Order: sequence, then C-alpha cells, then structure tokens
Amino acid sequence: MSKRIEVNDLNVYYTNFLAVEGVSIVIEPRTVTAFIGPSGCGKSTFIRTLNRMHEVIPGARVEGEVLIDGNNLYGPGVDPVLVRRQVGMVFQRPNPFPTMSIQDNVLAGVKLNNRRMSKTDADDLTEKALRGANLWNEVKDRLARPGSGLSGGQQQRLCIARAIAVEPDVILMDEPCSALDPISTLAIEDLIEEMKSEYTIVIVTHNMQQASRVSDRTAFFNIAGTGKPGKLIEYDDTTTIFSNPSVQATEDYVSGRFG
Amino acid sequence: MTTVAATTIKARQRPGDRIFSSATVIAGSLILAVLAAVAIFLLVESLPAFVADPSAFDGDITNFWSYVGPLVFGTVYSAILALIMAVPVAIGIALFISHFAPRKLAQGLGYLIDLLAAVPSVVFGLWGITVLAPLLQPFYTTLVDWFGWFLPFAGPVSGTGRTILTVSVVLAVMILPIITAICREIFLQTPLLHEEAALALGATRWEMIRMAVLPFGLPGIISASMLGLGRALGETMAVAMVLSPSPNVFFQLLTSQNSNTIAANIALNFPEAHGVGVNILLATGLMLFVVTLLVNMLARIVINSRKAFSGAN
Repeated sequence: MSKRIEVNDLNVYYTNFLAVEGVSIVIEPRTVTAFIGPSGCGKSTFIRTLNRMHEVIPGARVEGEVLIDGNNLYGPGVDPVLVRRQVGMVFQRPNPFPTMSIQDNVLAGVKLNNRRMSKTDADDLTEKALRGANLWNEVKDRLARPGSGLSGGQQQRLCIARAIAVEPDVILMDEPCSALDPISTLAIEDLIEEMKSEYTIVIVTHNMQQASRVSDRTAFFNIAGTGKPGKLIEYDDTTTIFSNPSVQATEDYVSGRFG
Repeated sequence: MTTVAATTIKARQRPGDRIFSSATVIAGSLILAVLAAVAIFLLVESLPAFVADPSAFDGDITNFWSYVGPLVFGTVYSAILALIMAVPVAIGIALFISHFAPRKLAQGLGYLIDLLAAVPSVVFGLWGITVLAPLLQPFYTTLVDWFGWFLPFAGPVSGTGRTILTVSVVLAVMILPIITAICREIFLQTPLLHEEAALALGATRWEMIRMAVLPFGLPGIISASMLGLGRALGETMAVAMVLSPSPNVFFQLLTSQNSNTIAANIALNFPEAHGVGVNILLATGLMLFVVTLLVNMLARIVINSRKAFSGAN
C-alpha cells in the first residue's frame, strides 16, 4: 500500500514564472515527512506536484520527474486522474461536499472507480474509513446528515476519511490543521501518527512544533527574495533539523530568528 | 430575580442609516402594493366572467371553465416543452463557458448570449413564421410518418409547420439566454475548494462537474428555469404570430389544430372584445397569474426541501 517517492531535479512553473527550482528528495514509505518554510517558499506548490494537482491551475507546468515506486508521474501517457487516485490529498480548509451526506462524502472517491457497490460493502467501507479517521463514534448516528453540519475539525477528519476510503498509496496534507483549533489539531496529529503504519504521508505545515511532533523527516524550503524561486534548503531527520541543522538558514528559521 | 428596571439600550440613530432604511422599506412596500393592485384589479374585473351567460362565449362553450381550460393547457404545455428543450442546452452552454472554453472565447460567447436576450419577441415571432416553421415542416412530416403511433406525434401533419411544437422551439430560443446567463454565474461561483476536492479524489473533468459544480448549482438551475418558465408562460407576441389556434385541448404537437395560450389569446381577442367579453379575457389573465404563482411556489418547495444540503451553511 505504502510507496516510496523519489523526486529528481524538479522545476515548477506558473506559466513563465519559476516558482520552485531544482528539488530532489527521497521520501521513504511508511514515514511522515514535513515540509516547513516561510510563506511563499513553494511548499504548497511543490506538494501539489506530487499528485499532479499543480497543473489544474491554468498555465502551470513542471520539468523533471517524480517517481512513485519507480514510475514517473510525469512520464508520457500517464493519466493525471489515475495518479490522483493513488495519491490522496487533504487541503488547507476542510472541504467536504456540501451537497452530499456524510456517508456519500466518504464514498465519493470510491464511487468514481466502482459504481455498483452493494449496500453492505458501502456501509462496511464507510465504517472502516471513518474509524480510520477517528470519526466513526462521533458521526455513526448521523451518516445521512450533510457533512457541512460538522465542526471544522470533524469536517477535516471527514476529508481524511474520504481520502483514505480510496486506499491510496500516499497521502498529501497541505496545512491540514491551519484552520482548526488546538483540540482538533491534536486529534488530527494523533491520526497522522496512526496512519503512518499504512501510508506514506507528506505534510506541509507552518507550525514547527507540529512538524517536530508528527514527522520523521523534515524538509526546509526557503526563498532568496520575492520573485525568486523557492528551493529545498535542507532535508534530514526531524530531530537533526530541529537540534543540529547543517545550514545556517535552517537554524535561523527553526529557532524563530525569521519567518 | 430582583426588580432591576429593564433599561432598553438604544442605539444612536444616524441620519444616513435612517434615510437608507426608509428607502429600502419604501422600495419593499412598493412592490407589494403594485402586486396587490394588479391582483385586486384582476379579481374584481374577473368576477363577471365566472357567472357570465353561456351566450357570451363563442361556439358550443357554455361556461368560463371550459373556455379557459384549453388555454391553460396550451399555455402550460408549450411552456413546459420549451423548458424541456431549453434547460439542457442552457446548462450545456453555461458549463462550456464556465469550465471548458478558453477564457477569450468564453467572454465573447457570454456577450453573444446576452445579446440574444435583447432581441424583441416580435422579431422571434417573425422568425418563427418565416424561417422556423417552413424549415421544420418536412421534419414534422417524417416524425408523423414514423412515430405517428405516439399520441404527441399523431397526424395529420400541419402543412404550414405553424404548430405548438414550433411555438415551443421559438419559446425555447427566447428563454435560453436568461437561463444560460444565470446558470453561468452560478457555475462560476462553485467554490474552488470543492472542485479541487473532487479532482484530488481522481475525478475526471466531467465527474468533477457532476460531484461539485452541478449539485452546488442545482438551486440556481431551478431558479433560472423558473424565470425562463415564467417568461415562456407569459409570452404573447411570438405565440400569437406563429400559432393557428383552436378552442380545444390537443395533445398532438404537429397538427394544424393547436390549443392557444392565455397571453396570445388575450392579444388576439382583446381588440374586438366588448362588455363581458373583456371580463372573460381578464379572467383568463387571472388564471395565468395563478398558474405562474403555483409554479413558483412549487419551485420554492423543491429548493427548500434540499436546504440542508445546499452548501449555504
């Protein structure tokens, strides 16, 4: 289920603007990798290239390769739709489909692949995904109610349930807790810890405590100035990044001297 | 509870606020007053029609209800046919403009659609008579030959093509711009978050539209359709010019005998009407008012029944 990601010399563009330059990184399966760095340094842009969501924006493109277990996502003939079914994504703001019930939200992705699912299969999968997202006990009595009626933290866990229901290999999280209160954040962080045993997880975060709490490896991104491309500055074990980084900029950032 | 005197806290009244709020209250009451005035006028003027002498009606019609029945039928029949034809096309155009077309083309197309809304209905009527009817007539003949066993397509086929189906096509073209324009605005407002959520789950573009755009836009599509339906129900000139009416209920779409619509019937007969005849025509107008009201209430009920899932919360 869990797969290895290898990125080789990736340049990311918005039309002609080079947003991220020359990223090479290897992300091992069954680990949590955190991307940290100041705003505008290209963390979110970069994470969106890992499931080809970047190219949804008009004029956006990439150079270089992203290998998932050796298969290049940007190879000729690779269907971005199929890539996204393997690499799930959770967004900054919780975005359950407002017009769907909680159960339909969980099954939204599954129904794309597999239209005809028996009622029992659907119910089992719903329960499994919601348990996987630590949400089952809170919503089991109101699966037919709209997902937009839940609290922000519950909505975000619903989105995680929706992402894991399709059984992806990798889960990308783009600042999943930035719109949540501390208690909901804690619930999500516990969940990430549990999910690590099954998935490769990549998380973008602005919160350095969060990065040090949940991740095994941390990548620090930075920009030289506005209009300059973002670059991967340092990538190492989280403990090393936060205690003994090898680059001065990383140390300045994690110790709060800028950013 | 102790007896603390309840002092009401009064907000300071600013002149600008007062002027603005009075202006809105006046505007709001004005529309109610106008609506009430029209309704009362129609009701009062209609009363004589309900008790009119059988001799006041043409032919073998003896009371108001058998007079207005075919007209209500013709009105609703032609309007619903127009809606059936216009709504899918309008949704298609709106989706193309909002989600598929390159930005420059989309803008041009948008202007073009708005331009279509500015064409006067009398022009549509002329177009219906001189272009559309002759164009469709051979097609009607084929339809009757092949599908004559199906009641709406039963013969004998009209030689001129001036049938209720032609009217519906003209009406569909007329209501297309308004439905398209509203749907386009609604589709453009679909939150990017929901579109990206669908795409990130591995939805194709069409699946994304089905998962995120259409459900989000459904109340808007219904509202747009109701506006279109309202226009189709009340359309006068285009129908009066194209249709050759008969005073009966006809389900057949392609024969030379067609039920007239209320608005067209008023337009055709009002110049020669006198005495209770005027009251009868006004009473049919009241029926049109009632039909439109019912349709709008129905649409409101449909929208409200799905309120929790509308995404408004």
